[in-house]
Amino acid sequence: MTTANGQPSEQLKIVIVGHVDHGKSTFVGRLFHDTGSLPEGKLEQLQKIAERRGVPFEWANLMDALQSERDQNITIDTAQIWFHTRKRQYVIIDAPGHKEFLKNMVTGAANAEAALLLIDAHEGVQENSRRHGYLLNLLGIRQIAVLVNKMDLEDYSEARFQQIEKEYRDWLKTIGVTPKLFIPIAAKHGDNIATRSPNMSWWKGPTVLESLDDFKVAELPKNQPLRLPIQDVYRFDDRRIFAGRVEAGSIKVGDRIVFSPTSKTSTVRSIERWNALPTDVAHAGESIGIQLTEQIFVARGAVAALETAPPYELSRFKARLFWLGRQPFAKGRTYKLKLATQEVECTIESIEKVIDASTLETVQRQPGEEFVGRHEVGELTIHTKKPIAFDAHADIIPTGRFVIVDGFDVSGGGIIAEDNYPKRSHDSHHKSHNIYWSRGKVTARQRELRNGHRGYVVWLTGLSGAGKSTIATELERELFNLGRHVYVLDGDNVRHGLCSDLAFSPKDRTENIRRVGEVAKLFAEAGVICITAFISPYRADRDLVRKILPEGKFVEVFVNAPLNVCEERDPKGLYAKARANEIKNFTGISAPYEVPESPEVELATDKFSVPESVAKVLEYLDASDQAAEVSI
Amino acid sequence: MDYLSKLENQSIYIMREAFNKFDNLAMLWSIGKDSTVLLWLARKAFLGHVPFPLVHVDTTYKIPSMIEYRDRLCRDWNLQLVVGKNEAVLASGVTYPQGKATRVECCGTLKKDALKHVLDKHHFTGVIVGVRRDEEPTRAKERYFSPRDKNMEWNVEDQPPELWDQFKTDFDKGTHIRIHPLLHWTELNIWEYIQRENIPIIPLYFANEKGERFRSLGCYPCTFPIKSTARTVGEIIQELRLTKTPERSGRAQDKESEDAFEKLRRDGYM
Repeated sequence: MTTANGQPSEQLKIVIVGHVDHGKSTFVGRLFHDTGSLPEGKLEQLQKIAERRGVPFEWANLMDALQSERDQNITIDTAQIWFHTRKRQYVIIDAPGHKEFLKNMVTGAANAEAALLLIDAHEGVQENSRRHGYLLNLLGIRQIAVLVNKMDLEDYSEARFQQIEKEYRDWLKTIGVTPKLFIPIAAKHGDNIATRSPNMSWWKGPTVLESLDDFKVAELPKNQPLRLPIQDVYRFDDRRIFAGRVEAGSIKVGDRIVFSPTSKTSTVRSIERWNALPTDVAHAGESIGIQLTEQIFVARGAVAALETAPPYELSRFKARLFWLGRQPFAKGRTYKLKLATQEVECTIESIEKVIDASTLETVQRQPGEEFVGRHEVGELTIHTKKPIAFDAHADIIPTGRFVIVDGFDVSGGGIIAEDNYPKRSHDSHHKSHNIYWSRGKVTARQRELRNGHRGYVVWLTGLSGAGKSTIATELERELFNLGRHVYVLDGDNVRHGLCSDLAFSPKDRTENIRRVGEVAKLFAEAGVICITAFISPYRADRDLVRKILPEGKFVEVFVNAPLNVCEERDPKGLYAKARANEIKNFTGISAPYEVPESPEVELATDKFSVPESVAKVLEYLDASDQAAEVSI
Repeated sequence: MDYLSKLENQSIYIMREAFNKFDNLAMLWSIGKDSTVLLWLARKAFLGHVPFPLVHVDTTYKIPSMIEYRDRLCRDWNLQLVVGKNEAVLASGVTYPQGKATRVECCGTLKKDALKHVLDKHHFTGVIVGVRRDEEPTRAKERYFSPRDKNMEWNVEDQPPELWDQFKTDFDKGTHIRIHPLLHWTELNIWEYIQRENIPIIPLYFANEKGERFRSLGCYPCTFPIKSTARTVGEIIQELRLTKTPERSGRAQDKESEDAFEKLRRDGYM
C-alpha cells in the first residue's frame, strides 16, 4: 500500500537483539547509512567529533547519542529510529545486550512485530543470544531472522557460518522457535546489509533489506471473540459513555454484551467518536466509547464480551512469567497484577518450575525458598484476591497476558497458559479461596484482605419518602452481587429491638441515631459495609457518627427529594397523618430537617431513577476504594 | 486500519489511561504543531472535551502571534489555561541575549524552572507532553509514561519497563510522570494528520513572502526560520518527504555544546 505520493505508508517495527558487543548498534548505524536515511551532516559531524577526540569513528555512535553511552560504548536503552525501503517504512528498536538492561530489551521487543537477532561470528552463541531468543518467543514475536555478524573476523568462512547456524537453530528448536532465516553479514563494512557482499559469493540467500521486506505487518485480531476492556466511564455532558479500546473482535450497535467479572448484561445503544464519520461498528484496535440501553453499573476493569463467547472469570490461573524486578517474585508476598485495564492484588499459589532462560536448566532452590529471581522465568499458578476476566494467551493475546507491579514498578510480565479452566465463574471452589491465617489479634487490615474490600458506613439521610429504604435495599443487593459483605440497618430492624425504648422527641431521635451510629461502626470494624437508612434530621447527630469512624469510612449520602414530592409519594401515609396532627414531631412538617452541608454523594431522587441513584453511589464507592488502595 | 489511524488510536488510549490514573493531570501546550495535534487528540479521546488544564510556559520571548493564537483557541475550544512564568529571572534580566545568560541557561530558567514552579504550585502529578522520538536522540529513549523525581530529573539509565500497554502509573509522593502520547509519531505523521483532520495550525509554519517558514517554534532570540516555499499543509508534507535536514536545525540552544540538549532534558526540560 502506498500513498498518493508514492511514499510507503505501511510500517513495521523491528527489534534488534543479541548479546552485548555482537554489533547491534553498528548494524543499525550501517543500515541507516546504506538506506540513505541519515540526516544531512550527521555522519560528518560524528566523524569530526571522533577525530577531535582522537578515537576511531564508530558506526554505533549514530545510535548511541547519549553522552554516557558514548563513554561506555554500550546501548543503555531502546532507541527507536525510522528508515524506509521502497516497500514500506521501518521503525528500528535497538535493544541493549547487557544483562542488566534486560528490562529495556523487553520494552523494545514487546513493541516489535519482528526481530533481528545478531550473533558475533567470532564469539559464537552467548548467554544473551539464547536468553533473548527465549524472551522473544515469550513476548509473542514469531518473525525472527538471525544475522551472523562480524564475518570479516572469520575470513567470511562459509563453514563458520554453518556451524553457528546449526548450533543456534538446534537451540531454538528446543524452545519451539523456527527462525525465518540466517544471514551472514559484516555490519561494519556493509556486507549483505543493503547490497550483496563481494566477500561472500557463496551466499545465495537474500540481503538483510530483502529479508525485511518479506516480514509481515501484524494483523489486528478482528476475527476473534469481542474483548472490550473498559478504561473509564465519562459523564462530561448528559451522556454516560464507557470508554475503551476494542482489543479483539468487533462490536456493533444492538449487540447484547456481558461485562466480566460482574456478569451484568446490556445492549450497545451507540458507538461514540469525535470528529469522525459515525458508524455502527468498531473493530480491534479502535479506541471508542459506547452508550448502553440499560443503565447498569460498570467500572474500569470490566471486560465487555458477547454473551456467546465470554472470557474466563476466575481467581487462579497458570502462567509463564519472566521477572525483571530487583527483589525476587516471592511466594507469600502480595503484588498488584494488571491485565488489560483490570488491577487486582495477587499472590503466588505455587511455583511449578523456575528456569534459567539462557540454558533452559531448572534453577535449584533450597527447601522453603520459593521465588522467581531477577531475569529468571517461572512456570507458576497465580491466585488473585478477586476473580478477574482473562483468556489463554494462545486464544486471545491482549487478555491473555499481564504484568506484575511490585511497589511502584512494573517488575514482571506473564502469559496465561492453557488449562482446564471452568468456563464460567460460578464455581465456588475458584471463588472462595481467600484464606488468611492470623497470628495474634486479628487486625482491620487482615479482615480487609480476607474480605477483599474495606469495611465502612454508607449513611443515607433524607426526608421520609425520599427513597432511602428503597435505595438501601437495592444498593445492598448490588454490593452483595459484587461479592461484598454488606448489611442494611433501618427502622424496621432497629426500632423494634435495639431502640424499642425510644420515641420521636429530639432527645430520643439523637439517642436513636447515636446507637445506630455505634452499631454501624461495629459492623465497619468487623469488615462489613454497613448501609443505614434513617431520616437522621440533625446535622450534629450525623457529624457525631462521622467523628467516631476513621476518616473516609463514613459516606454520607443525601437522598434529596423536595418535601412536596415526598408528601405526594407518602408511601406509609405518614405525611397525611402528620398534616392531620395525628403524628407529632414529624420531620419536614412539624420538626426540622437539617440539610447536609457537604455530603459525599447527593441523590436528587425526584430526577433520577432508583438504578441511576444506586449506580451513582456505587461509582463513588468504587472511586474511593481505588483511592484507598493507592494509599495502602 | 491505516497507519495514521493506528497512531491516533494508540494516542487516545494513552491519554485515557493518563486521565484515569492521575487526579492532578495537566497538558503542556507550547502552541506549536505537535502540542496542538495533542490537544486535538485530547478532544478525540474525551469526545469533544478537554477535561484538564493546559499549561503554557511563557518565556515572554515567544513570537507575539503565538500568544494571540493561543488566546483565540482557548476561547473557541473552551480551554482552561494555566500560564507559567519565571517572574524572578525575568525581573533580574539574566536572560539571553540581553542579559548574561547563555542560550541553554536561559532555557533552564525561563522554561525548565518555570515549568517546575507551575507543576509544584498546582500539584500536578501527571503532565502530558507532546515530545516525539524522531525529534532528537534523547527523546528517542523516552517511554510513554516517564517518571521524574522530586527535582524533576529524568533517570535515563534506569527507566521502567513498558510492555503490552501497561504503563508506570504507581509513583512515590513528590515525583511526577510525564506522559508522551505522540512519542511514536514522526514530523511527517504530524502534518499528515493535520491535513486529514483539518486542524487549525498557527500560520508561522507556512512560508511567507520572503520564502521562509518556521519548522519548529520557540523563543524568537533562538529560533530561526528555514528557507521554504511551502505555503500549505500539503506543500509542507511534500517538502518533508524530501528533506534530510533535522527538524530542530533552527533551534540554536540545541547546539551550544555537544550534549546541551541532553543535559537540559535530564534536568527536567520537556
